[in-house]
Amino acid sequence: MSVSVDVRNLSITFGAGPTAVKVLPDVSFSVKPGECFGLVGESGSGKSTVLRCLSMLTDFWQGDILLDGQSVRQLPLIARCRMLQMVFQDPYGSLHPRQSVRTVLHEPLAIHGLDDREARMRRALTDVGLPVSFLDRFPHQLSGGQRQRIAIARALILEPSLLLLDEPTSALDVSVQAEILNLLQRLREERGFTYLLVTHDLAVVDHMCDRFAVMQRGEVTEILPREAIADNHASHPYARELIAASLAYEGVRPATARA
Amino acid sequence: MSARTQTLTAPAWLGTLSRIALFLLRSPTSAFGLLVLALLIVSALFAPLIATHDPYVQNLANTLKAPGNGHLFGTDELGRDIFSRLIFGARITLSIIFLVSIIVGPIGLGIGATSGYLGGKVDMVMMRITDIFLSFPSLILSLAFVAALGPSLNNAIIAIALTAWPPIARLARAEAMTVRSADYIAAARLQGASATRIIVKSIMPMCLPSVLIRLTLNMATVILTAAGLGFLGLGAQPPLPEWGAMIATGRRYMLDNWWLVTFPGLAILCVSLAFNLLGDGLRDALDPKQMNRR
Repeated sequence: MSVSVDVRNLSITFGAGPTAVKVLPDVSFSVKPGECFGLVGESGSGKSTVLRCLSMLTDFWQGDILLDGQSVRQLPLIARCRMLQMVFQDPYGSLHPRQSVRTVLHEPLAIHGLDDREARMRRALTDVGLPVSFLDRFPHQLSGGQRQRIAIARALILEPSLLLLDEPTSALDVSVQAEILNLLQRLREERGFTYLLVTHDLAVVDHMCDRFAVMQRGEVTEILPREAIADNHASHPYARELIAASLAYEGVRPATARA
Repeated sequence: MSARTQTLTAPAWLGTLSRIALFLLRSPTSAFGLLVLALLIVSALFAPLIATHDPYVQNLANTLKAPGNGHLFGTDELGRDIFSRLIFGARITLSIIFLVSIIVGPIGLGIGATSGYLGGKVDMVMMRITDIFLSFPSLILSLAFVAALGPSLNNAIIAIALTAWPPIARLARAEAMTVRSADYIAAARLQGASATRIIVKSIMPMCLPSVLIRLTLNMATVILTAAGLGFLGLGAQPPLPEWGAMIATGRRYMLDNWWLVTFPGLAILCVSLAFNLLGDGLRDALDPKQMNRR
């Protein structure tokens, strides 16, 4: 149950007329089934926008996005939801403050008319390493890491094959980051998800990804395998600079996320 | 499963309610509001037990008697006991407030949340309609409406409801616009939730506290408008002991018999003041920051 992703000549412009801003001029990359693909780059380089286009949260883009050879535009809504899910950056903003965990997990099951709901909700919670008793908690009764686990459980409950991870750890503190990354790693090994991971932390890429794309001002400068990080194989000057900066930083700080 | 959910959620729900009540009782002003509201409800519920006389029975041998002598607040021009009429009038006031809120709350919340979430053309059209209703002075619109449909309590309620929903819609829209771009709304969209489902399940709960506060504050206006319509003879009709209508009929005897207008006037004043104070207290009690702290 994994799916390949093909992004071809994706471009998007926000606004119209003279104030229009072309955020993504022309992005192309492809992800093999079961692969973890990273998107790295500085703030505003369009990483998250790519995910929002892929998930059709923004739908006025041009180009082609193919999931297993099918265009996301052609996919019916229900099928698309069961194929791809997203985990957001800020677990404090991605859970409805007045909905209990039970409601959060029950909603997708009700929308898709799935049966055996209680068992599915329990399994989703145990999958992300939380006790079943958390079903009746509200977000304000959870810590940041626990919230992010709930957000992952919400994404898992529809059994998607592609997970879009929008900086899933950047709002968490370091020890919790490692927990969440290990959880995601374990889930991938168990279920064979395809991951598309947006991050600005190369240590996370090193820990999680098979390949990664370096983005700058909406363009993919270079696509590299993970091994390229350690001895900085990048050929594009910006990618080289980014990796070098990250390596220098890593030298100061022991690689925590890799622990 | 549902039985277990019930036992787990019911006490939590009650707990929140009692915490809000306790919070309101802690400040003297909102405690006063709560007290007057409780008095109003009790006297409306047990009107026949509390009233000392039948509010409709006339006694032409005993007209315009000053307070005292078995008539706590005196008698009116037809010899009816004013205290008993006030107590029964609480029923009318309370039913006006209740019905107007029941009509106005959902309409305002629905229109506001929908137009705030959908935005674009829908928002434009809905908000221009709201603007049209907002631009009428509410009493004038109610007057026109009642004049067209004929004076009666029900028409007064509809007329007041017609003029009371736009501010609530505006408020709900503003609230909806702040939450529509939140990640949890995006997550709901990614789960395939329809726009209706998102509006009802995700947007409306976020708008509800401010709408409730606004409704409570609005109740004072509703009481005053109802009394105003009653005073002009366009609301409740004569035998009904509506407070505004009581003032209207008492006006003719006002100079010699002050009690005819004073007591209904005081009742209107107390109740509308109480709702204002209660609304103020609720604003503090339902403040999201406060909610999180508790």
